[in-house]
Amino acid sequence: MHTKTLAQLSKGLRAREFSSVELVRGFLDRIDAHQPVLNAMITVLREPALAAAQAADRELAAGRGGPLAGLPIVHKDLFCTEGVLTTCGSHMLDNFVSPYDATVVAKLKSAGAITLAKSNMDEFAMGSSNETSYFGPVRNPWNTDLVPGGSSGGSAAAVAARLIPAATATDTGGSIRQPAALCGVTGVKPTYGRVSRYGMIAFASSLDQGGVIAATAEDAALILREMSGFDANDSTSVDMPVPDYLAGLDAPLAGLKIGLLKEFFDKGLDAESEKRIREALAIYERLGATLREVSLPNLPLSVPAYYVVAPAECSSNLARFDGVRFGHRAKDPRDLMDLYKRSRGEGFGAEVKRRIMTGTYVLSAGYYDAYYLKAQKVRQLISADFKRAFSEVDVLMGPTTPTPAFAIGAKTSDPITMYLNDIYTIGANLAGLPAMSIPCGFAQGLPVGLQIVGPHFSEGKLLNAAHVFQRETDWHTKVPEEFK
Amino acid sequence: MTWETVIGLEIHAQLATRSKIFSGSPTAYGAPPNAQANLVDLGYPGVLPVLNGDAVRMAVKFGLAIGARVAPHSVFARKNYFYPDLPKGYQISQYELPIVAGGSIDIVLDDGTKKRVGVTRAHLEEDAGKSLHEGLPGVTGIDLNRAGTPLVEIVSEPDMRSAKEAIAYMKKVHTLVRYLEICDGNMQEGSFRCDANVSVRRQGTEKFGTRAEIKNLNSFRFVEKAINYEVARQIDLLESGGKVHQETRLYDPDKGETRPMRSKEEANDYRYFPDPDLLPVELDDKFVESVRGTLPELPDQKAVRFSSEYGLSPYDAGVLTASRELADYYEAVTRDVPKEPKLAANWVMGELAAALNKDGLEIDAGKLPASGLAGLLKRIADQTISGKIAKEVFEAMWASGTSADAIIEEKGLKQITDTSAIEKAIDEVMAKNPGQLADFRAGKDKLFGFFVGQVMKATGGKANPAQLNELLKKKLPG
Amino acid sequence: MYDFGLPFAFVVSPNPMLLTREQIENIAHLARLALQPAELPVYQQSLSAIFDFVGELDRADTANVAPMAHPLPGLSQRLRPDVATETDRREIYQRNAPQVAAGLYLVPKVLE
Repeated sequence: MHTKTLAQLSKGLRAREFSSVELVRGFLDRIDAHQPVLNAMITVLREPALAAAQAADRELAAGRGGPLAGLPIVHKDLFCTEGVLTTCGSHMLDNFVSPYDATVVAKLKSAGAITLAKSNMDEFAMGSSNETSYFGPVRNPWNTDLVPGGSSGGSAAAVAARLIPAATATDTGGSIRQPAALCGVTGVKPTYGRVSRYGMIAFASSLDQGGVIAATAEDAALILREMSGFDANDSTSVDMPVPDYLAGLDAPLAGLKIGLLKEFFDKGLDAESEKRIREALAIYERLGATLREVSLPNLPLSVPAYYVVAPAECSSNLARFDGVRFGHRAKDPRDLMDLYKRSRGEGFGAEVKRRIMTGTYVLSAGYYDAYYLKAQKVRQLISADFKRAFSEVDVLMGPTTPTPAFAIGAKTSDPITMYLNDIYTIGANLAGLPAMSIPCGFAQGLPVGLQIVGPHFSEGKLLNAAHVFQRETDWHTKVPEEFK
Repeated sequence: MTWETVIGLEIHAQLATRSKIFSGSPTAYGAPPNAQANLVDLGYPGVLPVLNGDAVRMAVKFGLAIGARVAPHSVFARKNYFYPDLPKGYQISQYELPIVAGGSIDIVLDDGTKKRVGVTRAHLEEDAGKSLHEGLPGVTGIDLNRAGTPLVEIVSEPDMRSAKEAIAYMKKVHTLVRYLEICDGNMQEGSFRCDANVSVRRQGTEKFGTRAEIKNLNSFRFVEKAINYEVARQIDLLESGGKVHQETRLYDPDKGETRPMRSKEEANDYRYFPDPDLLPVELDDKFVESVRGTLPELPDQKAVRFSSEYGLSPYDAGVLTASRELADYYEAVTRDVPKEPKLAANWVMGELAAALNKDGLEIDAGKLPASGLAGLLKRIADQTISGKIAKEVFEAMWASGTSADAIIEEKGLKQITDTSAIEKAIDEVMAKNPGQLADFRAGKDKLFGFFVGQVMKATGGKANPAQLNELLKKKLPG
Repeated sequence: MYDFGLPFAFVVSPNPMLLTREQIENIAHLARLALQPAELPVYQQSLSAIFDFVGELDRADTANVAPMAHPLPGLSQRLRPDVATETDRREIYQRNAPQVAAGLYLVPKVLE
């Protein structure tokens, strides 16, 4: 049952081939069985999930139930879930029970989905390897000595190991696409503003975007259709109707103009990974798409621009964690200053503190213009580059990451080397563009991700391109031996 | 050595919206602690602000009323600092691009001279919560009910040269926001408060002196006292060879002095940057014009109209338009007694103001409705009672709440206008006072007053004074 | 110059130390973070490297370029109707609070 797609499971439930309780119990058992090795979850919600499954079965038996009725999912542990621990992967929030549901959580719940667990993640979504989690690193199902990527590492690893058919995730600089690539699954980061950020614990507000990780583009479309849409609680949410992403999945790709980012095929890209990408592009050509090289001259500056803008916003967003109203509070504070400094010093991990300090510095008097303002101007240049590219091509394609998954501990000592892992993904966040990663083969026995980036609100087109590719290939059906 | 005082004010006016600036929490004053602080006000993880349209409309209304520019494009920024009454660790405010910029307020000084005070900007921001220290040994309690209440911060130019000017300016702004119905102006509850930037410089010099900022002044009296104290302190310092430090000070009303604020001792680096959770506020002409359509007649315009329409002196017109409630009351009275605008003005500013003042009441408390006072003035106008009797009637009305007519009737205060009745009283008085009558007739004109008094006494003060005069002039000479 | 083996060769001097120990202490204070003595040199090193790295931004010619605060162009702030929609949920919200009394959040004595 666990190797079935969400779409297949939904059909099975409707046909009463199996019950939601059976389904949910099956996935819960897999989650529990593999937790000691993968560490993909922070909180498992066995009893509430089974109770919800029972209710879903009653609905389904009565011929009712929403589009996701009875289907199991997990939420990245930065989506607030009412009455449930929501830790953001941090000691700061290891006692935090959210009194409300994030809009994404509420929407998926009302569509009938059942939350089985909260997935592990880099602390406050700051990381590219899932090693910064207070709850320990997540391991890559393809090789448990390796990282799954981050920050949505728990969600990606869980889907790759088929502990769950689909999981929510978030992407600030690549946190959906990079782990999806390293784990060999499908990940979609929608257009900024497409999915509500309300209830998603903020890292960098102008870059964060919720999305989904699933085995297939079709499953991703199914979830995305339900989680997207305008939210009056989020001023940056866009008031535009959500298209039926499923309806356009099979549209032919003949005439699709694909841009190959010159900068992404330059040195630095692992040779075997590049081969897989080129092979994937050949399949698109065979399907009637045309390829053309495009250049985004300012894209090389995306990483430094990102590492000014994101920490700046994070330094402010994380100021609310002060030990007064929620979260970790230091014992026996001498005075207010001591309360603040020790609560925050103890509650946050090393990488989070590094980014808070980076952000504090770039916004401080005398440095604002040189760093923050400059980075926002460079961001404008990068956006303009993308806009120019999309006047020539329909989508951009290239690698999601420079290399396949790396070893746990390999990059923890040098933050910049770690930051550069997001070199291909950050541009889409700076420009607010939708982007996804799909599996396109293996290099050194590890999954390789093909990244597809489109203009604003072109999620439907990206999912279509991904789905048609997945009809032609079987990379998305590959599951590591131990998890079959 | 003479010194010149330079003052600029930052007035914080809480906007009279029903809900907070970025959340749906109510803004009513006096709720139990934290009962009106929702997830957004508490800065809970994951929550986001959504801007209250009426807060924007009210700020625009203020901008239009002071002849300022309303920005077609304004931006909310985060002002970052840690303080327990600031839940998010930043205050959402406006920094580089405020919603209102460049305007002015005209004030009238005691000697009647007019002065124009520039308003640099007025921007929207959220209020902080409150720290409570009393009754909590060793700890401070935080109440976040006030957090997120919309504020418009009105920043003046350093145009004021004395505490008196500062008070006149602050009172004028207070009048204006209440006219506009954008702020209830309640200073006890903190709805209207100000920070004063005070410096001194040698008379005749151009360069401003180093200023001190006195925080959180919540009464006109405190503003005046705090400024005067601070000016004296700074002059003392400078004259004894010291230097004024740029710092934030707090006024202690018990001691009547200012002192440096402990929590602001270190220089703050607020790290302002545009709030990524909020988009730029874009206001088109249609929006601005729709707000302009809601502008009431402003105090200055009303005073000019009162002078021309009712023939009042500029001073009287100024007094009567000092609050919208007072002006409305006056106009309601005049509508009922249209031929006596000056009489109405004298009564509203005289007896009524004195009575309200004595009882510590506001004009809109409903103690004596405009129709009630008009009822009294009508009887003066139609000569039912004299002005003197009217004062007695007014006192009775104030005490009992009954109408002028009922009191006149009940107490029999109706003026005697029947000629024969007055003549009869005169005859009796003349008969009783033959000596005085003889003296009068011998040329002692001053005794005329004596006879007026005697007849008034005999009629219980009710004889119509004009008629009485007329008749006495006829009868006394014989 | 470090070559990270990645497409863009960023110029990073081997041991830049752009920030002093005092600067790190000041930043940590501004951010209200207590750092252990052993953490200081670590952050001094890594933050120096980061600022050296982001200094690459100087290469871009941004004359006459407007800063971009939002990823979607042309959108403006929506205005919410002024309606009080919230009710008192203090008891629920304060379950996460480390220290409360009589409905107040408590902190060590603050001197104003």
